[in-house]
Amino acid sequence: MVDGIFRFLTRAAAGLTFLIVMGVLLALALGAYPALHKFGIGFISSSQWNPVTQEFGAAPAIVGTLITSFLALLLAVPLSFGITVFINELTPPWLKRPAAIAIELLAAIPSIIYGMWGLFVFAPWFAEHAQPWLTEHSAGWPLLGMLFDGPPMGIGMFSAGLILAIMITPFITAIWREVFALVPAVLKESAYGLGATTWEVIWKVVLPYTRAGVIGGIMLGLGRALGETMAVTFVIGNAHDISPSLFMPGATISSTLANEFTEAVGDMYLSSLFAIGLILFIITFIVLGAARLLLSRLRAKSLQSAAA
Amino acid sequence: MNNLSTMITMTDVEPAVFPKKLEVSDLGFCYGDTQVLHKINLSVPEKQVVAFIGPSGCGKSTLLRVFNRIYEMYPKQRSSGEVRLDGENILDPRYDLNRLRARIGMVFQKPTPFPMSIYENIAFGVRLYERLPRHTMSERVEWALRKAALWNEVKDLLHRDGTQLSGGQQQRLCIARAIAVKPEVLLLDEPASALDPISTLKIEELIAELKSDYTIMIVTHNMQQAARVSDYTAFLYLGRLVEYDKTEVLFTNPACKETEDYITGRYG
Amino acid sequence: MNMSRLLYIQRRATNLVTMAFAVLAMGVGLFWLSWLLWTLFSSGMPAIQVSVFTQITPPPGSNGGLLNAIVGSVILTLGGVLLGAPIGVLAGTYLAEFGRDSRLAATVRFISDVLLSAPSIIIGVFVYEIVVRRSGHFSAWAGIGALAIIVLPVVVRTSEDMLRLVPNTMREAAAALGAPQWKVTLMIVYRAARAGILTGILLSVARISGETAPLLFTALNNQFWSTSLDQPIANLPAVIFQFAMSPYEDWHRLAWAGALIITLGVLLLNILARSVLRPPRFSA
Repeated sequence: MVDGIFRFLTRAAAGLTFLIVMGVLLALALGAYPALHKFGIGFISSSQWNPVTQEFGAAPAIVGTLITSFLALLLAVPLSFGITVFINELTPPWLKRPAAIAIELLAAIPSIIYGMWGLFVFAPWFAEHAQPWLTEHSAGWPLLGMLFDGPPMGIGMFSAGLILAIMITPFITAIWREVFALVPAVLKESAYGLGATTWEVIWKVVLPYTRAGVIGGIMLGLGRALGETMAVTFVIGNAHDISPSLFMPGATISSTLANEFTEAVGDMYLSSLFAIGLILFIITFIVLGAARLLLSRLRAKSLQSAAA
Repeated sequence: MNNLSTMITMTDVEPAVFPKKLEVSDLGFCYGDTQVLHKINLSVPEKQVVAFIGPSGCGKSTLLRVFNRIYEMYPKQRSSGEVRLDGENILDPRYDLNRLRARIGMVFQKPTPFPMSIYENIAFGVRLYERLPRHTMSERVEWALRKAALWNEVKDLLHRDGTQLSGGQQQRLCIARAIAVKPEVLLLDEPASALDPISTLKIEELIAELKSDYTIMIVTHNMQQAARVSDYTAFLYLGRLVEYDKTEVLFTNPACKETEDYITGRYG
Repeated sequence: MNMSRLLYIQRRATNLVTMAFAVLAMGVGLFWLSWLLWTLFSSGMPAIQVSVFTQITPPPGSNGGLLNAIVGSVILTLGGVLLGAPIGVLAGTYLAEFGRDSRLAATVRFISDVLLSAPSIIIGVFVYEIVVRRSGHFSAWAGIGALAIIVLPVVVRTSEDMLRLVPNTMREAAAALGAPQWKVTLMIVYRAARAGILTGILLSVARISGETAPLLFTALNNQFWSTSLDQPIANLPAVIFQFAMSPYEDWHRLAWAGALIITLGVLLLNILARSVLRPPRFSA
C-alpha cells in the first residue's frame, strides 16, 4: 500500500519535470500565436522592430544571438582546450585541484556580476585601449576592416561575445576534463610508450577517442551562450539593427526579453516577445539535446570498453 | 564431455533424525531468456548446515537468492517450480514477502552495514516486525550481538556508525542483524569471501554455534570451508544439481565423476 | 638520418608550442578571474556600510541600503528550494530506484538535462504567462515558482547520481530483512546518499541565489519593505540590475555592494557544498 503511494509520488514528480518542459513549450507557443499568425513566416526574416507601428520581426535578435554565441565559441573553444590540457596533462597533482577550482569559480560567479563588470570596467577599458587600435590596424583588410569598424563605444556585439566566451569556458572545460578522463589509461600509455609527445597523445589518441564528447561539450557551451541573458543585456547596447560591424550595438533574443518584456505595451508587442522566446527555446532545446546525445554516446562507448 | 543425463542425482536424502525444513521441487530460474537453474530437487533438514558448492556461475548464489525471493527486486528474473517451507510454497505470489523474509534471513558476500549506528542497524530489522519498549529492544540488540559473538567488541560503541567497524566485525554485525529478527532459516551467501583468515575463522565458529537454533544454508567457493562447517553439501554445475549428500560422503566418496573432478581441483 | 633528426625537432617544437599555448590559456583564465574579483572587491568593499544592512533601497540622491532586497532574496531563494528540492529528490528517486531503464525514465532524464542548461529567462517568461498574467499581478510567489523550476533539474540530476552510488547490496540487505521498498529507500538508501543529495540542494541554492533573469518578470522588484508573498518583492539581482543601469552614482555604489554580497554568498554556498560532499565510503 504505502509502497504504491511512494512509487506513485516519485513517478508523479518525474512526470512533473516532463510536464513543465512541455508546459513551457505550450505556453510560449500560445503566447506567440497572435504574432506568428499575423506576421507569418516573415517574422523570422523581417528586421522591423517598431513598437510604435506595432511591426515586429525577429531577424535582428536572432542574428545578434547567433553572432554573439558563435563569437563566444570561437574564443572559448581554444581557450577551454588549452585549460583542459593544462589541468589534465601538464599540472603536477598538487596543483590540479586549485587550478580546477579557480576555473570552476568563473562558473560560480553570477552572470549579473559579469554584466556589471563588462559595463563599468571592461567596456571603458576596451573603448580606450583596444578598440581604436583594432579599428586602425584592421582598416583596409577585406573582412576584418568591416567587422572592426565603428566608433569606440566599448559596448556592442564584440564585447558581448567576449564576455560570453569567458562565461562558457568553465562549462566547456568541465565537460572536456570529464570526457578526457574517460580515455582508457592503457590507450594513452601505449602511445606514450611508442615515444609520442604529450601533444601527439592528445591530438592523435585522446581527441579521436573522445570526438563525440568534445563536440558535446562545445554544443553545451553554445546552448549556454545562446540563452545567457544578464551579462549580454548590460553590454550589448540593445539596438534592433543588423550591422556588419561587431563594434556596433545589437540585441539578442534574451537581452530583448530582459529589456522590453515588462514594458511591452500592446498585445502584438508582447506576443512578438513570446515568439522570439519560443524561437530561442527551440534552438537551445535542439542544441542542448544534441549535446546530451553526443555525451551519452561517448559514455556508453567507454562503459563498453571498460567492461571488455 | 558433460553428459549430464548419465549423472546420478541424489535428491532423496532422507535424514531420519531431522524433519524437513525446506523442500525444493523442480525449481527453475531465468534471467530474462537465459535459464540459469534447471529442475533442482532437494530437501533441507531442520537445524542442519547445508553448503552449496560449485564453480563460478554454476547458479549456487542464484539458488540461495530464490529462497527469500530477493530476486523479485529485479523485473527480468523469474522462478518456476516450488520451494516449500514447512510445507507451504513460498514461491506462491500469495505468500507474504514480509512474512517470508522474517522467517528466512540473509547475509551477503560483502558486509552491508547500513549507514547508521550499530544499535540502529540491529533495531532497524526488529522494528519492521515488532514494537518493543526501549529496554526490551536494548535486550534484543544485546542478545543478537552476543549470538553473533560481537557483543564484547562493540558493547561500548553501540552508538558508533556501523560502517566504522572492521570488515569481519561488519559481517558479524550483519549476521546479528539477521538473527535479531528471529528467523528460522539463515541464508549465507559466501559470507567470508571478503574477509581475512582470522575473521573467516570467527564466522565459521559462529556458524557451528548458530546451528543449534537455525537451519543454515551457505554458499561458498571454498571447499575446505564447506567441509568444515556443513552437515550436507550440494554440488551444482551449469545450473543443475549434480550431487547432494552428507558432507563426509560427498567429499570422501562422491558418486559422480563431475563432483570428484571438482573436489579434487580438476576444474573451477 | 638527417630526415628523422629534422622530424624529431619538428615534433619537439610542435609539442613545446602547443604546451606553451595550454599554459597561456590557463593564464588567460586566471587573469579574467582575478580581474573580475579585483573589480568586485575594490568597488564593493568601500560601498559596504552598516546602512546597507539596516536600511531599505533609497530613491536616487538619498541614503539607503539593501535590507529589503537582501530579505527578499533570502525569501525567494528559500521558497524556491523548499518548493523545488523535494520534487527534485522524488523525481531523482524515480529515476534511480523505480524507473531505471524504462522509457519514461529515459525521457525524463533527457528532458531534465536539457532543462538544466535551458535559458533561465525563458522560465521567467513561462511563469509570467501562467502565473502573473492569470493572477493579474507580479508576486513573490511567481518568483518562487520560477526559481523552483531552476532548482528542479539540478536536484534531479545530483539525487539520481548519488542514489545510484549506493550499492545494490545495501538495498538487497534491507529487503532481505523484510523491509518494504519505501522503507528501504527512505530509511536506508536516502540515509546512505544524504551527503550527496544535500550537496546537490546546496548547489541549487547557489545557482538560484544569483539568478536575475527569471525574476525580472515574476517577482519584479519593490522599492519598499514587503515580505508579502502575494506582492512584488525586492531582491538583490533585480535591484542590482536597476541600480547599475541607472545614471546615479549612489545607486551604482549600492549595486556594487549588492554584487559583492551576492558573489560572496554564492561562493560561500559553493565551498559549503564541496565540504559536505565527501567521497562516499561504501564497502562495494
